[in-house]
Amino acid sequence: MNRTKGDEEEYWNSSKFKAFTFDDEDDELSQLKESKRAVNSLRDFVDDEDDDDLERVSWSGEPVGSKTRPGSFQSLSDALSDVPAKSYAPELGRPKGEYRDYSNDWSPSDTVWRLRKGKVCSLERFRSLQDKLRLLEEAVSVHDGNVITAVLIFLKRTLSKETLFRELEVRQVALRHLIHFLKEIGDQKLLLDLFRFLDRTEELALSHYREHLNIQDPEKRKEFLKTCIGLPFSAEDSAHIQDHYTLLERQIIIEANDRHLESAGQTEIFRKHPRKASILNMPLVTTLFYSCFYHYTEAEGTFSSPVNLKKTFKIPDKQYVLTALAARAKLRAWHDVDALFTTKNWLGYTKKRAPIGFHRVVEILHKNSAPVQILQEYVNLVEDVDTKLNLATKFKCHDVVIDTCRDLKDRQQLLAYRSKVDKGSAEEEKIDAILNSSQIRWKN
Amino acid sequence: MRYVASLVNADKLAGRTRKYKVIFSPQKFHACEMVLEEEGVYGDVSCDEWAFSLLPLDVDLLSMELPEFFRDYFLEGDQRWINTVAQALHLLSTLYGPFPNCYGIGRCTKMSYELWRKLEEEEDGETKGRRPEIGHVFLLDRDVDFVTALCSQVVYEGLVDDTFRIKCGSVDFGPEVTSSDRSLKVLLNAEDKVFNEIRNEHFSNVFGFLSQKARNLQAQYDRRRGMDIKQMKNFVSQELKGLKQEHRLLSVHIGACESIMKKKTKQDFQELIKTEHALLEGFSIRESTSYIEEHIDRQVSPLESLRLMCLLSITENGLIPKDYRSLKTQYLQSYGPEHLLTFSNLRRAGLLTEQAPGDTLTAVESKVSKLVTDKAAGKITDAFSSLAKRSNFRAISKKLNLIPRVDGEYDLKVPRDMAYVFSGAYVPLSCRLIEQVLERRSWQGLDEVVRLLNCSELAFTDMTKEDKASSESLRLILVVFLGGCTFSEISALRFLGREKGYRFIFLTTAVTNSARLMEAMSEVKA
Repeated sequence: MNRTKGDEEEYWNSSKFKAFTFDDEDDELSQLKESKRAVNSLRDFVDDEDDDDLERVSWSGEPVGSKTRPGSFQSLSDALSDVPAKSYAPELGRPKGEYRDYSNDWSPSDTVWRLRKGKVCSLERFRSLQDKLRLLEEAVSVHDGNVITAVLIFLKRTLSKETLFRELEVRQVALRHLIHFLKEIGDQKLLLDLFRFLDRTEELALSHYREHLNIQDPEKRKEFLKTCIGLPFSAEDSAHIQDHYTLLERQIIIEANDRHLESAGQTEIFRKHPRKASILNMPLVTTLFYSCFYHYTEAEGTFSSPVNLKKTFKIPDKQYVLTALAARAKLRAWHDVDALFTTKNWLGYTKKRAPIGFHRVVEILHKNSAPVQILQEYVNLVEDVDTKLNLATKFKCHDVVIDTCRDLKDRQQLLAYRSKVDKGSAEEEKIDAILNSSQIRWKN
Repeated sequence: MRYVASLVNADKLAGRTRKYKVIFSPQKFHACEMVLEEEGVYGDVSCDEWAFSLLPLDVDLLSMELPEFFRDYFLEGDQRWINTVAQALHLLSTLYGPFPNCYGIGRCTKMSYELWRKLEEEEDGETKGRRPEIGHVFLLDRDVDFVTALCSQVVYEGLVDDTFRIKCGSVDFGPEVTSSDRSLKVLLNAEDKVFNEIRNEHFSNVFGFLSQKARNLQAQYDRRRGMDIKQMKNFVSQELKGLKQEHRLLSVHIGACESIMKKKTKQDFQELIKTEHALLEGFSIRESTSYIEEHIDRQVSPLESLRLMCLLSITENGLIPKDYRSLKTQYLQSYGPEHLLTFSNLRRAGLLTEQAPGDTLTAVESKVSKLVTDKAAGKITDAFSSLAKRSNFRAISKKLNLIPRVDGEYDLKVPRDMAYVFSGAYVPLSCRLIEQVLERRSWQGLDEVVRLLNCSELAFTDMTKEDKASSESLRLILVVFLGGCTFSEISALRFLGREKGYRFIFLTTAVTNSARLMEAMSEVKA
């Protein structure tokens, strides 16, 4: 690219190594160098306003193009560098003078200043560890993350990882930037080495685990998860990783099996309700729902039975009942719903109990358009009277409303409800009968 | 960058010669150049920067459109955007004169302020002697007040953002709103006269307001019945266009309201708000925890469940270990085991933590000082995560009176304080801080609060500049949110402005809400 070539030429033409002496300190040339550097740094302030920063100078030193740049600063440094008036050619590019006034002599703060401005800067001269660290500290003191990362890129390239890690261990800000940088460029190996060095075992484990998101193939992902199991997670997290592996393992088996069943076309449930998506990588509760939907009656021995899932993953009763209810209600399998809540007590009498509160049951049934009789039965089981009344009214379970009002001896409410039922209906008659009954001692 | 490089390399392989230009906005990072160099395309590509940092979204709202700021800084600790913020502040100060008064709170605020001052010094002379047009600048970090950002919004603009997602000042209303089969993209700012009147209102007022307006509009239309030709001509040429526009806007907003109400009823919004308020006030914590548990069990929404857990954690100074374990397990079971990573992120950011024994401020400080010298600890991760914000929400809430004591009903039609943006239950912490500091013109008397917030404050007044400022400019305040701000906070401060005779201008790294915050922390793209 022309720009680079032009700047290179300029660099060579403006190189300060014209005269060579060992003794640089009180050399005339070095004094000139000093002034040039000062002048150059001043020029930057002026330069920043300029858009046409591209310079092109031919080998002979003749300017290319016609524009000459005014300014006394310019002529001073020109005299030093033996390059005639700089010229500009507008060019697809127009980068800000990144290579201009290139010098090898900057202090850490100058260098950091250049980096902040986005200018190219060779950091090579910071060779001693001390110099490197001074540069890093300077960058950190300025708070600019872009600069800190730039310095870290250089340090990563020029320091052994042990040295780098050792120094960063006590420099939290720089350390954070290195970690983020490694994450972003995907240098997983170095990142894990870093965590290992810092003894950040949990982050090491999590970082390794995170990789599984990049693996699409289920078998490969499952194998990868297996490798995660022994990692230094916390005790609870280890259990979660184990569960993740087991879940995916099961899902692969179920998926293969069900796909086969579905294509064979013999199984009714799959014919009536074809699957909309694969079960792979779905959460556990979704898998349970799927299992309650398609494999409800299976015995505990099979991988796809709900009971098996419940046992393997220690799913609490609450969650299990909620999910099974949702699945069976969707299929309008009211008998199954019944069975979920029916228990026999020691005397052999059946009774309905629910670990989730019957108001929730009612809501789910309603969502799945359960017939009123079913709804009514469950509304009746709601313990809290106010909730019961609210739900009954909301879902038009007339009998329940009527009976509850009667039990509460609330005449007013019953009267009010009368206007809501259909004229001449059985409910209206029932209300009238109750209202006229002389046996009830109404409270209002 | 790798993608760009791969395109270039593909061309090279195919023997195509092209010129390539990459424009970085708002800034080019050294790491990007490094990648280009690594991939061997550095010389083939010319790079340029477009320092576009401030987008005016409205007459009083400037956005830097940097949603990544939140995650980059508050999760990863990367300070790459601090320079961008400093540049933006510098730009504003060159345009509107020096700022006589600067206040701020937060670690990022402090760093941005220092870098900004450095910029000002380096490019000195541009603002000397100019009359300041903005009297005060207030900077704050998002993590000074996570609670406000996590609450459900109930002012109209906030509700629209929560429900439909406003992007860059405009929103896409789908068919359910437009009552047609097309979607409509609507620009939402002060120019929309209807919107401007309802945007800051509590939602309960909006529908009534819109219905009234619709009735007025109808009455205007009906006037045409009694008109003669001349009047009709006049009507058509002068008024009809305006009426039609108003009609269009009205129907859009009425449609939006209906859509919102439908969604909220379905979600049982009432119950949700009740739980949030309980958490804010500190009552019925067990019930709230059960509610959250049920929310997770029912697989209602991964972001909502997460947000509620975070709200519980921050208001209660962390979840008790039993709850943390159980809710986390249930969350992983309901929404996917890979969210293990999300939980780790939330813990690092201080949004969802577990109470540890002996978690006093002094204990944390001693842990941190050990960190610097004691390598063998292995507890470095723990100490590091303790460095994340300690909450102390209840203590702060008490000191600043964030929960208003109400006798009787809180009148949402005629709000009397900023709590109206959350139905009278809670004054946004960030807004209260701004209110107090502006009143005192310093942090005096707020030391306890600052200590509880566990970060540094800054206040700087330059009397020479203040003397030059007109009294009008002294009432103009620029509020800078680092990490994002919500429409609720904007509405609350606009209210404060009307009350106290201030005018606020908002500069934010991006407009945000609870969903965006949770998405930023989520490791798994939902």
